[in-house]
Amino acid sequence: MAKNSTRPVVATLDGEDINFKRPSQTKEILRRLRKNKGAMIGLFLLICIVLVVIFADFIAPYEAGVVQVAENKLAPMSPEHPLGCDSYGRDVLSRLVHGARNSLLVAVAASISSCLFGCTLGAIAGYFGGKIDMLIMRALDIFMSIPDLLFTMVVVAALSSSIPVLIIAMTLAYFTNYVRLVRSGVLNLVDQEYVEAARAGGSSSARIIISHIIPNTLGIILVNVTLNVSSLVIYQSTLSFIGLSLPAPAPEWGSMLSSARVDMMRAPLLVVFPALAIVLTAFSVNLLGDGLRDAMDPRLKN
Amino acid sequence: MSNAEKMLDIKDLSVVYKTDLETVYAVNGVTLSLEKGATLGLVGETGAGKTTLALTLMRLLPERTGKVTSGSITFEGENIIDLPEAQMRKIRGDKIAMIFQDPMTSLNPVLTVGEQIAEALLVHNEVGRSKEEIEARVDETLTLVGIPPARKREYPHQFSGGMRQRVVIAIALSCEPDLLIADEPTTALDVTIQAQVLMMIRDLRDRLGTSMIMITHDLGIVAQTCDNVAVMYAGEIIELGTAEDIFAHTMHHPYTDGLFASLPNLKSKTARLQPITGLMPDPTNLPKGCKFAPRCSRCMEICKEVPPEVYTEGTHSIRCHLFHQSKEN
Repeated sequence: MAKNSTRPVVATLDGEDINFKRPSQTKEILRRLRKNKGAMIGLFLLICIVLVVIFADFIAPYEAGVVQVAENKLAPMSPEHPLGCDSYGRDVLSRLVHGARNSLLVAVAASISSCLFGCTLGAIAGYFGGKIDMLIMRALDIFMSIPDLLFTMVVVAALSSSIPVLIIAMTLAYFTNYVRLVRSGVLNLVDQEYVEAARAGGSSSARIIISHIIPNTLGIILVNVTLNVSSLVIYQSTLSFIGLSLPAPAPEWGSMLSSARVDMMRAPLLVVFPALAIVLTAFSVNLLGDGLRDAMDPRLKN
Repeated sequence: MSNAEKMLDIKDLSVVYKTDLETVYAVNGVTLSLEKGATLGLVGETGAGKTTLALTLMRLLPERTGKVTSGSITFEGENIIDLPEAQMRKIRGDKIAMIFQDPMTSLNPVLTVGEQIAEALLVHNEVGRSKEEIEARVDETLTLVGIPPARKREYPHQFSGGMRQRVVIAIALSCEPDLLIADEPTTALDVTIQAQVLMMIRDLRDRLGTSMIMITHDLGIVAQTCDNVAVMYAGEIIELGTAEDIFAHTMHHPYTDGLFASLPNLKSKTARLQPITGLMPDPTNLPKGCKFAPRCSRCMEICKEVPPEVYTEGTHSIRCHLFHQSKEN
């Protein structure tokens, strides 16, 4: 056999390298996302909500939502108060707009931190197995046996209510999902031959988890994050509804709902606006998440 | 064979898989060596312990069950059985690389082909190569296996089976390993692609001067690519020799004879092939004498009681009682 031969193993007919032009990964994902109508609607709504959060001070003054004015009690819609006033005479629009800040900040931060925390634990449990898995999963069982709400109440009661405490409490209530989800995904993946192949290539466990296992479970993680953002928005409303959230005058969607409930017969619209805000946020995040999952899965390409 | 040339020296290696219920004796006292640049063919039925042997060389046995019970593996002067995991990681992929059996499952579906080839390079980046240099090396490796470098941004599902196997080979070759273990690299491919891939492996081996262990159950592949051949049965090497010893010589272990008899021959006219009757012995409960005795057509009384010693003649060695007897007579 000829050694040092330079003959290419497979040559093209004219001996040239075939040129494959492919759009970049990000462009490709964006292109597919743009084709998905639902995702675009979700994205649009979400951008609107984020803009409201950013420019809240320009839309409505914060004071109008906090300061109680007796003569404005249950005032109907008017040019000064586009969405009317609540039973304490506070402007509903400014409460709604500034409430978005508190509600969304806490929900998004809690879903990101619960995702990071839960995924890490789940990946470790699934990948290493054995005693480590046992330890993590049994601890998780204990966590899950305590009702979420009760658990959050205990944490908030112990550490007193503030935004960081709320985020921690909600993270602890929600990270369990991710642990189980990622662990089961990882258990499926560790036996795959490409994981063994990566190990045969000298990759360390951390590297295998980060570059092989996480990308493969990203689809389910992503959908769960978006589902969680929406359920956390609702959960946070629940917390403020039962008075566990930020202290009284601070505007929040959930506490708006709970105080409007008293006057539901006299001013039904007071319930509608915060409820609508919660639903719209949850809905848009869900739509976008679904679209993103489809767009990011390379197996659905072409 | 002088010691200086040996890059891999396996001595009396035994491996078991131990579970709560049973112990599987997968590799039993294997002694093998490989010179620099040489190719060893490892032949045997499924379940003979070929893949276990390969995984032991990479130290990739399943952690909780697979255990090395005796023996040593000396690779470039170091006993890799005792190496700490961190040092072993430096050897894997860089010094010893493996081509996996099934290209359909050994590539990660969510990473591009280029990323997967670059991985081993990134892990073994002692020289401190820059990103561009690594990319250039990826292109080079892809060209080497006959894939246009522009396709490195594609995902495994966009490749056919044969092309994927090339990618798997490219991954194994990216760090220019000293030893390449090919675990049935062509079983998942159809015949025409098989020939292409084999040609390529042989070509690359000659060009890069890599030593190779070719695991297969296809004697044709062995005849084409290997300098030395080891026939494995029930975890033992029962016959070892140069390719000529195995293919041309008349003196064989009855099992090797059986292997050849079960292949169709172009020259002679046979109505039926002759399979070796029976099955491999249960690896949890091996016969106490010769492991092949229950299936052997030339089985003697001694075979059932005493495990045979190795009979050596030049480069050719056979583990069978038959030849010891003929020598005594």
